[in-house]
Amino acid sequence: MTMRMRPETWIRPTPQGLYVEPGDFFIDPVRPAARAVVTHGHADHARPGNESVLATAGTLAIMRARYGAAAGGTLQAIGYGQSVRIGDVTVGFAPAGHVLGSAQIVLEHGGSRVVVSGDYKRRRDPTCPPFEPQSCDVFVTEATFGLPVFVHPVDADEIARLLGSVHRNPERAHLVGVYALGKCQRVIRLLREAGWDAPIFVHGALAELCAVYEQAGVALGPLRAVAGAEPRDLAGAIVLAPPSALADRWSRRLPEPLAVAASGWMRIRQRARQRGVELPLVISDHADWPELLGTFADVDAPEIWVTHGQEDALVHAAGLQGRRARALRLIGRDEDGGP
Amino acid sequence: MKRFAQLLDALILAPARGAKLRLLVDHFRSAPDPDRGWALAALTDGLDFPAVKPAAIRDLAATRIDPVLFALSYDYVGDLAETVALLWPPTGIAVHAPLHEIVDTLARARRQDAPALLAGWMDRLDSDGRWALLKLVTGGLRVGVSARLAKTALAEHGGVDVSAIEEIWHGLEPPYAALFGWLDGQGPMPPKTGALGFRPMMLAHALDDADRAALSPRDVAVEWKWDGIRVQLACDGTGAVRLHARGGDEIGGAFPEIVTGLEHRVVADGELLVGTGFRPAPFADLQQRLNRKAPSRALIARHPAFLRLYDILFDGEEDLRALPFATRRARLETWFAQRVAGTPADGRIDLSPRLDATTWEDLARLRDGSAAIGAEGLMLKRLDSAYVGGRPKGSWYKWKRDPMHADAVLMYAQRGHGKRSSFYSDFTFGCWREDGELVPVGKAYFGFTDAELARLDRWVRANAVDRFGPVLVVARELVCELAFDGVQRSSRHKSGLALRFPRIARIRWDKPAAEADRIDALEGLVGRDRADPR
Repeated sequence: MTMRMRPETWIRPTPQGLYVEPGDFFIDPVRPAARAVVTHGHADHARPGNESVLATAGTLAIMRARYGAAAGGTLQAIGYGQSVRIGDVTVGFAPAGHVLGSAQIVLEHGGSRVVVSGDYKRRRDPTCPPFEPQSCDVFVTEATFGLPVFVHPVDADEIARLLGSVHRNPERAHLVGVYALGKCQRVIRLLREAGWDAPIFVHGALAELCAVYEQAGVALGPLRAVAGAEPRDLAGAIVLAPPSALADRWSRRLPEPLAVAASGWMRIRQRARQRGVELPLVISDHADWPELLGTFADVDAPEIWVTHGQEDALVHAAGLQGRRARALRLIGRDEDGGP
Repeated sequence: MKRFAQLLDALILAPARGAKLRLLVDHFRSAPDPDRGWALAALTDGLDFPAVKPAAIRDLAATRIDPVLFALSYDYVGDLAETVALLWPPTGIAVHAPLHEIVDTLARARRQDAPALLAGWMDRLDSDGRWALLKLVTGGLRVGVSARLAKTALAEHGGVDVSAIEEIWHGLEPPYAALFGWLDGQGPMPPKTGALGFRPMMLAHALDDADRAALSPRDVAVEWKWDGIRVQLACDGTGAVRLHARGGDEIGGAFPEIVTGLEHRVVADGELLVGTGFRPAPFADLQQRLNRKAPSRALIARHPAFLRLYDILFDGEEDLRALPFATRRARLETWFAQRVAGTPADGRIDLSPRLDATTWEDLARLRDGSAAIGAEGLMLKRLDSAYVGGRPKGSWYKWKRDPMHADAVLMYAQRGHGKRSSFYSDFTFGCWREDGELVPVGKAYFGFTDAELARLDRWVRANAVDRFGPVLVVARELVCELAFDGVQRSSRHKSGLALRFPRIARIRWDKPAAEADRIDALEGLVGRDRADPR
């Protein structure tokens, strides 16, 4: 019988990121590392300049599209359900349901099992496989929407509200603020599922990642660049752009743009108001409060480590579930959770 | 309730005045009676439910929501109604009670019954409905609609002039059946406000550089800007007298020494102040009177009130509001000489003097000397200006004197409310005491650009050293230059001082905290904003 090594003796937060000592690698390092294991392609998790990178093929494709040669020295792809040995650690990958390529990292060492979930959500997403719960001793969770006020509604209903507004305002362009990676492609797929067959206009900053999704087999239907489009083509159209473009001079080319934002933050009216959003859509790629707490039960982890977001409430609620919980306070993550 | 909730939700997100106006007109046109009238009352602060207080809503929330999670959520969301609406556990299918049913029931409810009523409604509403309900019962909708905008929408709906609405407004009662009957073309115009009714006050714009360039000192009447509260005096000629504050509230009962002994019908505009011999005492003294609805004789003797008039709206039956200011001023002086001088009211009412100035240099000199008079600066009123309710452009200006300044150290930060709920934007500042202790001198909000607010917010988050509930304690390293209008003695602050209207003038990223001002420097400014009133 072997002694179980307590996880905090071999995996710990450092200023550079989460460090796994017996394998000498970092998970989602914030500064270039010799060996990086990356959960998913969002910029606050996948950064350029690492000497070697282990990630899913989807994540590596995103990193190559964003960083080119700076994506990393050697890039090693791994599939969901597969694992490799790094030093004295077994490193497995399981779907996280967040964006294309997103993965939970399953670490086994010294008889204990730690799951670093990265960012995740629990509901269906037509652009990536669903989250698969992995039972573990320690579950490392995000807390982007770690407050009970965050309960995301059914996404199809939110898309129906968008289409209702387009129908009522045929002379206006609906400018939807979306993150370039994940939210953009999910909203497009949801629109297609709701029967919107017309070309969808996309801001130049979104085009490249849409192409990555298409290559990965996610069909997005007809997309058109906003640049060069005539104002009369844009009236009654749906235009996707990064959230910053909502308030930008860029939007002036659109006929009577109606500001829409698709984000979990839109649950808070004052947030929507603050950002000048006229039609807030609550669509998120992060777990909401019930999903976070439900996931703790599904993975049945006696111990929860909370990384970035609203840690205090989640630590408290995990405690009410009878789990040991603590905040890791990793630096370099957006409080607003980035994407 | 569903339509009302949809209206509020749409209003809060409508980006501009025009869009809000369209929403309101549409609502007044199509919502049923009496719900549209209750919606109008809610939008114009015409509803009051004494049975419900915010504390009761917090207590109610505590019966269904874990207190730690509630506190963290409230801190994050920044709005009580929205926090409770989002957290209230759902119970099933939403069934919206009609707005009028909720208003009627709550208006008759006893305080001890109100929480159970609210809980029953909230169980049957969706989160948008709960939010609207809580906004309704606590008042202060904060959806970016002024009473004036609501009246403009009414006027548009009825095809009448907004001034016609203003003329009858203060004689109307929610849910405004007679008003809507008239606007729908189904009934007569409701009667105009009677002799004692409130007339919309004319307000001034802050003078800016463009105004200065466009304005000649020869075209304006110049008065001191008094540091009291604005009131409208109305007497009906039979001895009944009203004193209306800015929003139309009647406050005459709190100032019995003023409202007795006026015999003739008049509506006049002026400043309510306290002090003996017509010398204005500090605003804090007036505040003591304002806090008491029925003042004791001792309090009246300690802080006697007086009225300093500067305009006349009605003389007898005659409406003077369309006349130019210069003519009204002459009428005011005549009225005063005939009706007040030599009567018992003489010692409690005077006229605000007109000041002589023909150049901007004269005006600047007067403004610099306003502190010695106990004034906040100057009022500039165009001699040809008619008396128009609201804040008409290009007629009256206020030109406040320059504020005082001090460098203070940031001590505590709290998230703002409303639009700023995601930013740390409420700050407590301190100055150094002789013994080296930093003591708070006041709270200031941030009045600068969003970019600087964001930078300050980042600094606060990065430099927090402790937390008490929603309050972050920060490292004592950041100096801000505060602007303020005066320094008063205060038993509420450890420093014994309180700044009047403090605001952040500049963030001194460059200045070491040790070089911030000391308490003695502020001590030296106490009372400097006015002459000794004794």
